[in-house]
Amino acid sequence: MSKNFQHLVSTAVPIAIENIDTDQIIPARFLKATTRDGFGENLFRDWRYDSNNQPKADFALNNPTYKGEVLVAGKNFGCGSSREHAAWAIGDAGFKVVVSSFFADIFKNNALNNFILPVQVTDEFLEKIFSEINKDVNTQLEIDIEKQSIRILSTGDEAKFDINPYKKACLINGYDDIDYLLSLRKEIETYEAGREFNF
Amino acid sequence: MGKTLFDKLWDSHVVLSKPGFPDAVYINTHFIHEVTSPQAFDGLRKRGIPVFRTAKTRATADHNVPTIDQHLPIKEALSRKQVEMLTTNTKEFGVELYGLGHPYQGIVHVIGPELGITLPGMTIVCGDSHTSTHGAFGAIAFGIGTSEVEQVLATQCILQYRPKRMKIEVNGQLKKGVLSKDIILYIISKISASGATGYFVEYAGEAIRSLSMEARMTICNMSIEMGARGGLIAPDEITFEYIKGREFAPKGADWDKALAYWKTLSTDKDAEFDVTLTFDAADIEPMITYGTNPGMGIGVTQHIPSVEQMEEKEKASFRKSLEYMGLEPGSGLLGKKVDYVFIGSCTNSRIEDLRLVAEFVKGKHKAEGVVAWIVPGSKQVEAQAKKEGIDKIFEAAGFQLRQPGCSACLGMNEDKIPAGMYCISTSNRNFEGRQGPNARTFLASPLSAAAAAITGKVTDVRELV
Repeated sequence: MSKNFQHLVSTAVPIAIENIDTDQIIPARFLKATTRDGFGENLFRDWRYDSNNQPKADFALNNPTYKGEVLVAGKNFGCGSSREHAAWAIGDAGFKVVVSSFFADIFKNNALNNFILPVQVTDEFLEKIFSEINKDVNTQLEIDIEKQSIRILSTGDEAKFDINPYKKACLINGYDDIDYLLSLRKEIETYEAGREFNF
Repeated sequence: MGKTLFDKLWDSHVVLSKPGFPDAVYINTHFIHEVTSPQAFDGLRKRGIPVFRTAKTRATADHNVPTIDQHLPIKEALSRKQVEMLTTNTKEFGVELYGLGHPYQGIVHVIGPELGITLPGMTIVCGDSHTSTHGAFGAIAFGIGTSEVEQVLATQCILQYRPKRMKIEVNGQLKKGVLSKDIILYIISKISASGATGYFVEYAGEAIRSLSMEARMTICNMSIEMGARGGLIAPDEITFEYIKGREFAPKGADWDKALAYWKTLSTDKDAEFDVTLTFDAADIEPMITYGTNPGMGIGVTQHIPSVEQMEEKEKASFRKSLEYMGLEPGSGLLGKKVDYVFIGSCTNSRIEDLRLVAEFVKGKHKAEGVVAWIVPGSKQVEAQAKKEGIDKIFEAAGFQLRQPGCSACLGMNEDKIPAGMYCISTSNRNFEGRQGPNARTFLASPLSAAAAAITGKVTDVRELV
């Protein structure tokens, strides 16, 4: 998986459910791995498979007509547990972008730290995406990080999204927070020397 | 203009603030556990760097551990491997571990406070969203992902944007049978599971001030369930009294100096919050959730909303949620049969919770067919319960006192609620499958859970106290 990307045109997988928590994205019983790999096969495990491990036909990820590198989901995506495994599972399953009308804070950080772009749009724009995909599963979305824009190619509808300039640079250049923090060693030691207590 | 407590603490921990960059924030205490740390240690290894400040990180094993026969090897191979890896990693990198069998072992958010590691004025992080618990001491405490765990191990700092400030005031006094768990479930039901996303909350008001430290921790613990980055309560005499004399708390002259500083930790009178919400404690009745996120809560005597009461775009999610729960929109929960009772988790597994439950169930017996688990938050809570004879009360009442761990809150170990069964739980999340595949969770206070164990159904505990 290449870490950095600036521009993407892709069809999308729609999950029109609100408040999707990280226990749905990756249930706790699959958090036992000690590496970052392989979580994709259990992405949305209990929505994807029934209790006999048979795929549920009505779930979007099991529908072969839906494909692409963009996941589109209802409001308040990624709430709940701080497990970064949720971002790993989404990335491992081949998604580079998640579109929703609202993201939980920790998930947003975790996604960005794994070079997955959370694109927050208005409720109306999200509805528009869902309805276009509903009409045509081959609806393509164009995401441009530099311009901070998302476009529905078939209709030309476009929306802007926010991303902080630092994280934007990280995504485009493929570097991470630790590289930056490690460069602050001197500042950190100076700070420590100036503190009387450990609080 | 004055400053909020949150801003005072944040400002005093900023190592570097640069335009266009998130603040580099210094972390005083970092807790780790077996589930969200292995990949972080692996990251350090790949970069060839050590843990920067080993004494500022403490480890325990909690998420995966069995709650019976803890002296035996963990049966489940993957869980065992994760716990063993924590031992190997902490040894290799020189981090203190309170592992299985250690007298300090327990749920990370229970042991920090009870050992006096958690102190007012600190910045505290852990790869667990319920790190917000520690905010009860007047600390900035929040959950982080594994990449951020690696940042803290490597540099004792974390990159963060300053969240907005929200004040939640609860005035007046609580009614009989209503606990701090009911306060927080009530607040979340009013503002929704995303109502505080982007904010750091300060809880204030008479009803909060009069709570014990354990009860305050329950409130701060669930801040994340309304999306908040964290929640804190300014320290006061109740806080200082709780900390004094604990294992790692400052002693002697250090205590005096620390205390003098802690007494300065409050929000200035003229400080401004981005949002202020006010509630009246007298309006709160024992709460229970009916759906699949913690915002879906009602007073125990109330009815589940009807589909018509929902906004159009919420209807599909609402229906899906109630279908999962096997409940009818518009119906009441009183009298609904309960199969399991779980009293535990970082929300409600402290000694005060166990005492409260013991006092209530003393001389009573659980209903037939109900499985009642009590999982203490730590070895110390367990030992204290035994010392006080609480274990005997539970035994006589038909409750099973197990060993410390996260247990059925998230079902990573064997403590799972079977598919389709109803569990009234003192934990913090009622998500689909949280307590086991297709398990159905009612979140409630320890008293409400104990009452349900006795009657075998959802009960208004006020009728029994």
